[in-house]
Amino acid sequence: MARSRFQLAPWILLLPATVLLVAFTHYPAVMTMVKSLYRLPKGSRPAKFVGTEHYVSMINDPVFWASLKNSMIYALGTVPMAIGLSMLMAIIVNSAIKGRSLMRMFFFLPTILPMIAVANIWLFFYTPSYGLIDQFLSLFGFEQHNWLGDPDTALGSLMVTAIWKEAGFFMIFYLAALQQMNPTLAEAAALEGAGRWYFFRRVTFPLLMPTTLFVMINAIINSFRLIDHVIVLTRGGPDNASTILLYYIYMVAFRYWDTAYASALTMVLLVILAGLAFIQFGILDRKIHYK
Amino acid sequence: MSGIEIRNLCKQWAAFAAVQDVSFEVLPGKLTVLLGPSGCGKSTTLRLIAGLEMATSGQIRIGGRDVTWLPPAQRGLSMVFQSYALFPHLTVAENITFGLDVRKVPKKEKKERLEYAAQILGLDALLHRRPSQLSGGQQQRVALGRAIVAKASVCLMDEPLSNLDAQLRHDMRAEIKSLQRSLGMTMVYVTHDQVEAMSLADEIILMRAGKIEQRAAPADLYSTPVSTFAARFIGTPAMSILSLADGAHGAVISGTQGPALFGGKGEGFLLGIRPEQIRDDPDGPIDAKVRSVDYHGADSILDCIIGDQTLQVRVEGVRRYGADEAIRLGWDPQAMHIFEAESERRVERAPLDFASGKKRPAARTARHN
Repeated sequence: MARSRFQLAPWILLLPATVLLVAFTHYPAVMTMVKSLYRLPKGSRPAKFVGTEHYVSMINDPVFWASLKNSMIYALGTVPMAIGLSMLMAIIVNSAIKGRSLMRMFFFLPTILPMIAVANIWLFFYTPSYGLIDQFLSLFGFEQHNWLGDPDTALGSLMVTAIWKEAGFFMIFYLAALQQMNPTLAEAAALEGAGRWYFFRRVTFPLLMPTTLFVMINAIINSFRLIDHVIVLTRGGPDNASTILLYYIYMVAFRYWDTAYASALTMVLLVILAGLAFIQFGILDRKIHYK
Repeated sequence: MSGIEIRNLCKQWAAFAAVQDVSFEVLPGKLTVLLGPSGCGKSTTLRLIAGLEMATSGQIRIGGRDVTWLPPAQRGLSMVFQSYALFPHLTVAENITFGLDVRKVPKKEKKERLEYAAQILGLDALLHRRPSQLSGGQQQRVALGRAIVAKASVCLMDEPLSNLDAQLRHDMRAEIKSLQRSLGMTMVYVTHDQVEAMSLADEIILMRAGKIEQRAAPADLYSTPVSTFAARFIGTPAMSILSLADGAHGAVISGTQGPALFGGKGEGFLLGIRPEQIRDDPDGPIDAKVRSVDYHGADSILDCIIGDQTLQVRVEGVRRYGADEAIRLGWDPQAMHIFEAESERRVERAPLDFASGKKRPAARTARHN
């Protein structure tokens, strides 16, 4: 009897977390999978199993392909830029310069703002003719431009906003990693005559790789996960030029109420993210030096 | 080969003067040890020579060239850090040749220098390992390897052995010394360990509170310390310092009736005497009482009371002492160091032959070990 009680105890301890995890993560994921294989129930008509019908129609859906392409461009653009910028900012605020803590605060500020607020600020920046950006560019003789209304610049504008918001957060991780670095490494390199760039390339950058991997995973997940700014700034327009995958899922699910098709789209998103996570942890991890 | 010349070197941090008016020179191919307690400015002095800190005033010359304001890389020196400063993501070979890569030394020469250093240091089998896969002693060798391949004639060492265990420290000490000799390096070596300093140095610069306390060869530092600080810093256990008083025939140990140690006033002066130069001698002139015994095996350190002061005595052999046992002590008059109490500086006094009244005058001379 004593033995079975001992086996029960860990399960009781695990129960609250398990319930939450199952209820809000595993069950919805499985149900999404199941739902993507059924047609939407209508009125008295129950849902009917249709197999891969939604996936087939997805192949013929130009908006899906446009949103997938936009998501790729968005990820490929924001992730390296956010990583590069956050690394640069971390190196700046890690050096012994005046007003260091003030700069740290400024760099970190966008992180604590909600994305909705950030998007509203940038809405003013992007306003044609009297927005900050147009006013600044007019100093150099540029014409006014409808940044969010032009299909060529709408997605780019969203990306800039996202980079501005994200980089400060990632800077904190780089700053922590830089402060872990032994300062005598820089002194030893200086004695050997290594310049700043050489030292960065051969020492700092490789030693920051574990942090970069971590930041990269988070940045990529965020790039697929955050759409608040899309809703505030462009609503996916013009002509789906700034529709990214999650925003399309949101539209299909909660504007057109085709939750079955949205489930199928969600499965695609899940597969993409799982694939990326596998590449990062399975392949890149082996090439990175951990202490 | 180039020597180092330091003139009136000062380093000021806001209100704190880390190095104050320090001048010395290191002759080419010699090893000078900067010795002192923590915070005495020895590491700062080394960093000033390296160029990792810039001097507030003064001049640093290496090989006759004024390098005071040059960046570290242009000073023609190599340095070994206390933490070794190995790059954790690079292999041993890459760590050793890091500086050669920076200076774009041709591949062939790079390989030759690496092989030479690896062979001297016995690192051949470890060249493809990472620093984290090495023991402390091996990491130390890699750091030395970096200094060897640089072929700089001046090498600076900042407490390079303090992270190693006692046995390894002893071995590496011998290795560094022979390396320095065979490569003819001019070396400045910082340590707080007086044993390391005594065994390595051609010359010791003892520092205290940013200033040079005494600059001398190890044997001279031991035999003629200029102050009580220098006297107590060198030697284990430290020299005992006793205050003196005026006696009928000269200076006596305060709290005792004699004998007179030297003619003249005793008040205001201090007697320094090394534990290893005191003998437990039944016919000795000084009465003392054993307070405690610290047994070390080959010898023991006795804490003795003379008058109202304590004095340490090293005795060899196995004789056991009881607590409060009365013993008699003797020492060679020449073994005494006299300091002025107020300035704590050494003064010269001709010692009286205070042991002569006894049956067996001091026959043994002071041992220098």
